[in-house]
This record gives sequence, C-alpha cells and structure tokens, in this order.
Amino acid sequence: MTTLSSFGLTRTFAFPALTGWTSNLLGMATGFGILVLVWTVIAWRLGNAVLLPVPLAVLEGFSMLLRDGSLIADVLASLKRVFVGFLIAAFIAVPLAMLLAYFRPLRRAVLPVINLIRPIPPIAWIPIAILWFGIGDKPSYFITAIAAFFPIFLNSFFGGQSVEDQHLNAAKCLGAGKRALLLRILFPSALPMIWTGLKIGLGQSWMAVVTAELIAAQSGLGYMIQISRLNLETSHVLVGMVTIGVLGSIMTLMLSGVEGFILPWKQK
Amino acid sequence: MEGVFLRQATIHRKTGNPVRQRHEDKSRPLPHLVPVQAPGEHTRGGGRHGSGERVARLPTGRGETPGILDGAIDIADVAVVFQRKSTRLVAVEDVNVRIEPGEFVSLLGPSGCGKSTLLNAIGGMIVPTQGQISIDGQSVREPNARCGVVFQQHSLFPWMTALDNVAFGPEMLGYPAPEQTGREFLALVGLEKFAHSYPSQLSGGMQQRVGIARALATRPPVLLMDEPFGALDAQTRSIMQEELLKIWTAFKTTVVFVTHDVDEAIFLSDRVFVMRSTPGSIKEEIRVTLGRPRTPEIMLTDEFGDIRRRVKHLIREESLKVFNSGTK
Repeated sequence: MTTLSSFGLTRTFAFPALTGWTSNLLGMATGFGILVLVWTVIAWRLGNAVLLPVPLAVLEGFSMLLRDGSLIADVLASLKRVFVGFLIAAFIAVPLAMLLAYFRPLRRAVLPVINLIRPIPPIAWIPIAILWFGIGDKPSYFITAIAAFFPIFLNSFFGGQSVEDQHLNAAKCLGAGKRALLLRILFPSALPMIWTGLKIGLGQSWMAVVTAELIAAQSGLGYMIQISRLNLETSHVLVGMVTIGVLGSIMTLMLSGVEGFILPWKQK
Repeated sequence: MEGVFLRQATIHRKTGNPVRQRHEDKSRPLPHLVPVQAPGEHTRGGGRHGSGERVARLPTGRGETPGILDGAIDIADVAVVFQRKSTRLVAVEDVNVRIEPGEFVSLLGPSGCGKSTLLNAIGGMIVPTQGQISIDGQSVREPNARCGVVFQQHSLFPWMTALDNVAFGPEMLGYPAPEQTGREFLALVGLEKFAHSYPSQLSGGMQQRVGIARALATRPPVLLMDEPFGALDAQTRSIMQEELLKIWTAFKTTVVFVTHDVDEAIFLSDRVFVMRSTPGSIKEEIRVTLGRPRTPEIMLTDEFGDIRRRVKHLIREESLKVFNSGTK
C-alpha cells in the first residue's frame, strides 16, 4: 500500500480495490473447491449413493427437479411461508417493543411473559400448531412467525431502551408530544437495532420453515427433503439442503444491500 | 409584514408549548421569520427569496409584543436533591435569581458544582426538590418549547439531516413551512450548504452551529446552553463565541450559558454567576460592565482583566475547597 501510494492517487485507489475484489472471489472459489473435492473423495470411498452421492449426481438431481418444475414450486411455497410468518412477527414485535421501551408500567407486565415463552424452541410449537391449524400453510406461518418474533422483539426493545435522554429532552424542548417522541425519536434511534433484529429474525424464520415443513406441510423444501429421504433419493435431499443454504445466503445479502436505504445516516 | 414573531403564539397552559395555529393562507410568504443579517456578515440569509421583497430586518425586541413571552426567569429558593438509595446528594441549594428578559447570563464554576443541574432545572429536565422556577410567570414542570436548549455535544438527532434537525421544532409546533424556516436558520449559522448532511458528516463546530440553529428555530424566549463549546478547539471556540453574540444581538432571547471557562463567561455575559460547590449555590454575582458589541480584543483591556482577576479568585477559592475536601 505504502509503496503503491508513491505512484499517485489513481493507482492507490484502483489497485487495492481490484485485488480486494478478486482475492475475495479467489478465496470463495478455493473454499467451495475444497468442499466439493472433499465431498467427492468421501463419496467415492463410501461408494454408496444412498449414504452420500457424488456432487455430480446432486447437480443432475438439481437439473431434473428444476426441469419438472417441482423445485421452483417448493421454493416458492417455502418462501411464501417465510415471508408471511416473518411479516406477521415484524408487525407485532416492532410496535410492541417500541411501546414497552417507552411505557415502563407496561414493560413490567409484558416482559416476564415474553421471557417465559422465549426459551421454547419453534420446533416445540409444531404439535400445537398442527392441532390448532391443521396441515398446510397456516401452521408454517405460525412457526416461522414464532421463530422470527423473539430476535426481532428483543433487539428492537433494547434499541428502544438505549435511546438517549438527551435526544428525548431535546425533542421535548422542540415541542414534541408523546406520539412524536415515539415515532420520530424512539423509533429511528432504535432502527439500527431493529434492523439487526429483522436480519436475524429472517434467518431464524428460514430455518424454522424447513422444520415446520418436515412435519406440518405437504409442499416446500422441507417436505421435499422428507419425501426424498423416504424414497432413499439422497441426491434430492442434498439438492434441497443446498437450495436452502443458497437462498438463505441470498436473503442475507439482499438485506445487507438495502441497509444503506434504511439507515442512511450510518453510511460512511 | 410587521415584525410579527412567533413568540406571539398562544401558550398552552399546562405544557407551556405554543398552541398550534392554522395559517389560512399558506401561499403568502411567512410573516414570522425575517432573515437576519447579523452585523459583519455578507451572504448569509435571505438569498433564496428575493431580497427586495423581504427586507432583512432584526427583531426589534420586546416592546412590540407587550404582555407576551419575554423570557424573564425567576428562580425562587430552589434546591435540587438527588436521592439514590441511601445516599443523598444536595446538588443545588438556596438559589434565588431573577434573570431579566433578553439578558445574557453565565453560570460559572468548577465541574460538579451543580451549574448544569441548575440549567436543567430551568429547562424542566429536572424538577426542583424545593422552590419554584418560572419563566414569564409560568411555572416550569417539564421540558417545553419555551426553552431552547443547546447541549454540550451529540444532541443532534443522528438519523436526521441538518435541515431536518432544524425544521423539527417548527414542525412539531405546527408553524407554517417548517422546512423553509429550517433553511433560513441554517443559513443564519452559515450552514445552508450542509442542509442534507447528517450530523456524523459534520465537524464538532458545525454540529454545534446546527444545534444553535435548531434551538433558535422555534423562536424560544429563553435559550439554555450547557457548555456548548466545551468540546471544541480554542480557535473554533473563539469564533463560535463571537458568532453567538451576533445571533443573540439579533434575536435578543434570554440566554443562560453554563461554562467553566472564565474568559468565555465574561466575554459573553451581562452577568456572571460564580457558583459554590457541594451544595451548589450562587457564591457571587458579577456584573460585566463592558460595552457591546464585543470583539475578542476586549479581552486585552484592563477592565476585562480586572473582572477576570476577581472571578478567577472566586473560582480558585471554590476549586481549592473541592480539592481539599476530596483529598481528606
């Protein structure tokens, strides 16, 4: 860096940027390369396509499921469940957290209840969800919402609690009433934490949908994995797993991508 | 277009906030804010709205709005006691002061002498344990728009641009065209070019200027300043002091200024209250007889030197007392 900077501004800016980008790509390719290699070697040594098919078989399975349209249908079914559940959770968790952060008496009543429910894993809700909602989309909405709720709520609540007294006082001196304090001061000052909560919540929701579909649905990626397991089509199981991983990463990337619009003041 | 100022707004009995008023004709240029041309300033203010139509004119003071908010502060027998479990800390005790409308006073004293506490009590951010504080005869019970407050630092809303910060008050109070007002007050502190910058993108001095513009934009009768230049470097600080005096000359709000800088207090104020520590109270009131307008050169005069010597002596007495009691 220091030697490059002596060549002038253009080079100092262009070079490290390019090497940074290519080295990232190179690192990624290396990582995946090693994974595929190890996977291939192990699969060969095992010689049992039911225990572990070779990557190529998974790729074939992938193209087959893609062509008959079932993969797309399953992905869409899962995505829909995640988004509906996630949105329900967000629309309840964020306002509730803001209210609790603002009104102390309310907090004393509600927080203990939330702390009691929080340690129950989403999977433990599945029997109840099936009893209440039957099989299909509804129990999955319920499970994904439960999974997303707590990270969203807790992060939002702590964000709201950490609002600075100075900001509240300044706003009051500028004539802000309760409503404005809540919406214009408390909410935006908690927004970075809310955003973190939403990111974690979406991830949790995505993990939970697969769990829910293993048991409580007849479509979606989780269901597809379950059926393929029963048919001993391990390559299809792996297609489902890889798809879940890839879509989860894309969601995270997309959220990071729009962060600049949500939190413009956090940008450098 | 007569000098109609927002201090004419009706005041809500309980909150002390000006009551929202509907303006029937929004297309008319605002009557409430005449861009202020502070002395010695060139391009600031009023550039956008055609200078011919709206004459830069300073508010002429309280005479023309009789019986309405003037910014007189009465502090009667005030004590503030902090009770935390078993410890009882008397932060402020036995303070009796009247601050006249349009006066510039400083609370001066070593750290921890309760000067900020007293200021916060005036602003309604702390409720006095005893006694009463009233502004223009109305008792102060909670923070309200009668007092503009400028804090030491980091009090701008980081999620709002400079313009949104300044326009926030006028918007909350239902003044017409808050954004326009915001722009005008940003121009007043010379930061119209930074309207769309976020606080984190501004230097400390710029942030404080935005803070001052924000506090003034609601046209409060009282401006409370809690070591507003404490975090700035010496040069910026000196420029800001001069700037503040210009703005104060234009707006003639009552200013209560907290500082531990002796020169700053004398240079700015009509009266300096030197405070005694633990419990905080007013040790002595010093009337600064220096003429106005003041420039930094005034600090070199004998008259200034005399006042400084007297104040420093008082402060030293207090600091020594704190120091000795701390080392026992």
